[in-house]
Amino acid sequence: MELLEKVKIAITAKFPEAIEKSELSYDFPVFYIKKEEIHQVLEFLKQDPELNFHFLTDLTGIQSEDEKQLGVIYHLHNMLLNTRIRVKTYFDINKPEIPTATDLWPAANWMERETYDFFGVRFKGHPKLKRILNVDEMDIFPLRKEFPLEDQTRDDKDDKMFGR
Amino acid sequence: MSKKENNSNHSNNDFVEEKEYSTLNLGPTHPATHGIFQNILKMDGEIIHEAEPTVGYIHRAFEKLSERRPYNQIRPITDRLNYCSSPINNMGWDMTVEKLIACKVPKRVDYMRVIIMELARIADHLICNSVIGVDTGAMTGFLYIFQWREKIYEIYESICGARLTTNIGRIGGFEKEWSKETWDRINHFVENYPKALKEFANLLERNKIFMDRTINCGPISAEMALSYSFTGPNLRAAGVDYDVRVMNPYSSYQDFIFDVPIGQSGDTYDRFMVRQHEMWNSLEIIRQAIKNMPKDEPIKADVPDFFLPPKEEVYNNMEALIYHFKIIMGEMDVPKGEVYHCVEGGNGELGFYLVSDGGRTPFRLHYRRPCFIYYQAYPEMVKGIMLSDAIITMSSMNVIAGELDA
Repeated sequence: MELLEKVKIAITAKFPEAIEKSELSYDFPVFYIKKEEIHQVLEFLKQDPELNFHFLTDLTGIQSEDEKQLGVIYHLHNMLLNTRIRVKTYFDINKPEIPTATDLWPAANWMERETYDFFGVRFKGHPKLKRILNVDEMDIFPLRKEFPLEDQTRDDKDDKMFGR
Repeated sequence: MSKKENNSNHSNNDFVEEKEYSTLNLGPTHPATHGIFQNILKMDGEIIHEAEPTVGYIHRAFEKLSERRPYNQIRPITDRLNYCSSPINNMGWDMTVEKLIACKVPKRVDYMRVIIMELARIADHLICNSVIGVDTGAMTGFLYIFQWREKIYEIYESICGARLTTNIGRIGGFEKEWSKETWDRINHFVENYPKALKEFANLLERNKIFMDRTINCGPISAEMALSYSFTGPNLRAAGVDYDVRVMNPYSSYQDFIFDVPIGQSGDTYDRFMVRQHEMWNSLEIIRQAIKNMPKDEPIKADVPDFFLPPKEEVYNNMEALIYHFKIIMGEMDVPKGEVYHCVEGGNGELGFYLVSDGGRTPFRLHYRRPCFIYYQAYPEMVKGIMLSDAIITMSSMNVIAGELDA
């Protein structure tokens, strides 16, 4: 809880409008940041000597429950103080564009490619944004909820009982 | 291997050296890469000028699959991430769900998990280190030490019946009490393995040929390793003492005394040595766990929603039958929420980011796979070194195809 307040105050002091929402989710302070300011906030979180979130643990995508928005989730870690936070940003699914974090962390490169591959989030300024795990010819973004797991055109799997 | 001749035309006046690089496909399947990785190398003779890895050859859409599976049925998927140490993945997943449903497991379960996870770590490091030996031309260590991995697999087998894809443990504890045979095997392993490991260490650790071959081969600085989000032995070899077991203790790791070995230069030799030391540490942890194992505690937490009731109750007791049916059909009640839980896997911080919307399956499950994240530094690490050094750099990074491609 202290960490949540501390980071919240630090961000608000620098970017008064950036935080949309903040909460404590289990052991993680979570910050919902506006898409327009995500890059500046991440840069601030990384370079501020006090906060010093120098380690990008994870970067991944998510689709909101109403399926109208896409999100990108950053897990940041300060190894010296051993504090971790989660930063989220949501944006319209029809305009999935967000600045890249590769200039801050080289590690974001493949993680952003993976997010693009599965969710179709276009990271502006990414050095080489192309599919990484799926084949290049694929024309869908498979982790979006509009694409169900099994091929709906198949009729050889008719399992009414379990709702396939 | 195709190699073009370097025919640069030059006059005496303006000497412009024009280099022509040859392209070499290392992989997708190649006996020296231990898995399905493709690297398109731009070679200047024997020196690598540029490497471009292609990943995804065994991509199996685990994250999409997980969105359709009840919580109990995701564990078999995690087996197939880092298949050299699948119990760590299994238990990491179980602990993630336990965190979500706020379930406290007994100390005894924690200690039993620690024993299995440390055995898995030994198996993982054993494969990696002995394969570094093979890639440098020392087959003996590999052939000799591998029977000890077999002993570890026998221990898994006597607990859960499987060897490689173990699916060991359950949400809330273990499926049943370990037999006497299991304990005998574990004790036998702890007693006799040190001798074999000592001999393995004698074969390689101070071996002049091995040292010449691996020191300063594929080094990475601590700063670079951090910026590429390295974790696990690879980061520790670069000199950063980050270990999830110490920083964010899970499964009662705070009760154990062990040290975190670190290297200096982050080269192949340091990575090898860090893993060597970690095997000794793991043994020490197992000894402590056996010694301090709490007696007279159950082997499961009280979570009837997730833990299958014993069969004799299912047939005689209405409530047990209902739970049995619900669990098998995957109709468990989970709260809404999102958790991130990480464990120290065989090759780094293995994280599970789980978003639940209260339904029967996760809304979103993301695996933080250490391999996938640190393998992207590979082109940088092999730039300007010889092809044969690139091979041992890769095997010393312990890149596991299953985890890389998920």
